[in-house]
Amino acid sequence: MTLDLATLWAGIIGFAVFLYVLLDGFDLGIGLLFPFFDREGEREVMLNTVAPVWDGNETWLVLGGACLYGVFPIAYSTLLPAVYLPVIAMLCGLIFRGVAFEIRAKARRTQNLWDLAFIMGCATATFCQGLILGTLLQGIKVVDGRFAGEPFDWLSPFSVFCGMGLLVTYATLGCGWLVMKTDGDLQRRMQVLLKPSSLVLLAIIGIISLWTVLGQPAVAQRWFGGRHFVYFSPVPLLVLACVIGIFRSASSGHEARAFILMEAIIFLGYSGLLISIFPNIVPPSLSIWAASSPRSSQIFVLIGVLIILPIILAYTGLSYWVFRGKVRHGDEGYH
Amino acid sequence: MLEMSDVLLLARLQFAFTISAHIIFPAISIGLASYCAVLEGLWLRTGEPVYRELFFFWSKIFAVGFGMGVVSGVVMSYEFGANWAGFSRVAGSVNGPLLAYEVLTAFFLEAGFLGIMLFGWRRVGPRLHFLATCLVALGTLFSTFWILASNSWMQTPQGFQIVDGKVVPLDWLKIIFNPSFPFRLVHMSLAAFIVGATGVGGCAAWHLLKGQRGAGVKKSFSMAVGMLLVAAPIQMVAGDQHGLNTLQHQPAKIAAIEGLWESEKGGTALNLVGWPDMREERTKYAFSIPHLGSLILTHTWNGEIPGLKQFAPRDRPDSTIIFWSFRVMVGMSLLMLLLGVLGLVLRLRNQLYETRWFHRFALAMGPSGLIALLAGWITTEVGRQPWVVYGVLRTADAVSPLSSQQVGTSLLIFIVVYFLVFGTGGYYMLKLMAKGPDVGDKAGDVGGDAGKSTVSLDRRPMSRATDPIDE
Repeated sequence: MTLDLATLWAGIIGFAVFLYVLLDGFDLGIGLLFPFFDREGEREVMLNTVAPVWDGNETWLVLGGACLYGVFPIAYSTLLPAVYLPVIAMLCGLIFRGVAFEIRAKARRTQNLWDLAFIMGCATATFCQGLILGTLLQGIKVVDGRFAGEPFDWLSPFSVFCGMGLLVTYATLGCGWLVMKTDGDLQRRMQVLLKPSSLVLLAIIGIISLWTVLGQPAVAQRWFGGRHFVYFSPVPLLVLACVIGIFRSASSGHEARAFILMEAIIFLGYSGLLISIFPNIVPPSLSIWAASSPRSSQIFVLIGVLIILPIILAYTGLSYWVFRGKVRHGDEGYH
Repeated sequence: MLEMSDVLLLARLQFAFTISAHIIFPAISIGLASYCAVLEGLWLRTGEPVYRELFFFWSKIFAVGFGMGVVSGVVMSYEFGANWAGFSRVAGSVNGPLLAYEVLTAFFLEAGFLGIMLFGWRRVGPRLHFLATCLVALGTLFSTFWILASNSWMQTPQGFQIVDGKVVPLDWLKIIFNPSFPFRLVHMSLAAFIVGATGVGGCAAWHLLKGQRGAGVKKSFSMAVGMLLVAAPIQMVAGDQHGLNTLQHQPAKIAAIEGLWESEKGGTALNLVGWPDMREERTKYAFSIPHLGSLILTHTWNGEIPGLKQFAPRDRPDSTIIFWSFRVMVGMSLLMLLLGVLGLVLRLRNQLYETRWFHRFALAMGPSGLIALLAGWITTEVGRQPWVVYGVLRTADAVSPLSSQQVGTSLLIFIVVYFLVFGTGGYYMLKLMAKGPDVGDKAGDVGGDAGKSTVSLDRRPMSRATDPIDE
């Protein structure tokens, strides 16, 4: 198979969305953990661990959206109407998250209100992202390049389950991040939380996998047809290995291990998702080639991406390097 | 236009609401970013501390506006697909890549250097800091460039062909540098600078009226009034040229702006005021001046302008709205010119800081830049109707296959959320402005992160401002 333009672009957008999930995942996860950590200064520390980077993390979502719009306009214009209300709710959640993040530190009398806005914003955005993912997985009715389903097609037991699954995923990822970025009592309590939440996560990944395989013959065929499973079997096995690794990380002394393993789990889950739907971009019928914009559009943006994306990556890496290390209560300078 | 489906009407209302709320913040950011760059440049050149003080003061307000612009902008990039699937399907091949370039070039530049501009005062040398400020200002202008290329292409599309009902780009240079783009880019950039100038002038006037006579207040006021004296006339020339361009490419828009129904022979009169009635096809209560229409729009005594009746009723934009939105914009610009000229007279008489009625006038004119900007955008966008891509795709064919309940619900949600969130943000900006440049804002104070080890790349714009919001 030669690498054609649409496949290359699917890879680039897949990469941008993956980075978004990876990076904004722990930002949102911190909001999900917020209700359970309310001792003096704890929330401040939790926020400060992501203070310098979360803005940049969210930009990957904008990049993914803009590239999808320009490169696969048919996917963009069928997916968004299909998940209309969840998208609107997600955007509102992100608005509240962003503004509450900033204003919380300036508020005194109304700080509890902004904390609530932050928690609700993170929870809504996460749940809706899971809902959208679930809707995509279960398939969207497309006729003649247009969304042809009903307004509430996105609401199903499966999509709601995916929404809850993503809440657990981001919370666990946030937990791993905080184990790495904090110390003392807060870190210890995060480590305690990590075990049960990674077990729940494993169960959720298992249920979603079975649900899609049993519910959709095409997905089952992709995973188990012919010798496919031999090639794809490392994916579930590695997920299992990662969860075991997280369980043993608490006693290992490597504080970054749980976080890195969580990122690996998300990478594996994401790969599993791509294995299930590729080369469709909006299952069950819209392929990346059918969704493509004209060649001239794809090449025009590709030139920009190839030149500028490496610079953005270098800058993002630099930013994480500058802000490496532990964040402690009483550290100043973030607000 | 008159028989519009509920979904179309609601989707248009929603776009009008979210884009209007959004554009306020980028306009402020574009204007203030360049103003901050000028202030810092002046400080480097003259070494007068007042410029540095003003830089710190206005960069805080810029930071809040920038944060609000980013958050409200994310909504826009998804609204194209959610509400306007038909538009994305047909023309996403042009507008999508232009937006992608905005994200890549402008957002990157801004995100990369905003941290240094806001927090890196003592971390990098003054020249590098100045470079960062200039790059942030340049980033806001890059953003303007791509967005206006996209919008202008929708107004005067070229460089493409239609294959299977979809736009296929042929020549990207022609697409970007389409006929109305240079005029719209200049007009909008100047408008953003004027938004900054009227805002800065209004803020300084408020402090002058409160009896503060600090160097920062006076300098702000003087710079703002001086800027208007220069920018308002240039903007009028730019607007005039833009009008000639519109007459050439979108004559129906001009006819609707002027409430002109017949193509008058031997010189076209200009309706100064009146009430264009789309059903009766005439402009009621019109007060018009002979030949003035020809003079303004064709720069000749007898130039002919096609009236609205030359266009089929289904191809006419709503004259009632844009007749008045255009006049609001022009009225504001005349008042701005008056403000600039009066400022010059008072300056020559050495009474600029002592004339209270003039300060009241400047205070009242504080929001005039934003009002003119919004009125201008309403004119050009409503004037493009009933097309979303002029002559290529009708707005009615661009809307998503949604129910009116869905679009109505999301509209309500956006209205509530926007008033809550951006109301708070706007309130905070006003609160910062009310504090004034001279009070409790010494340079050392603002660079307060200095000596602490963590902040040089802090990219959260609003954390630049340190004052509590609710006290």
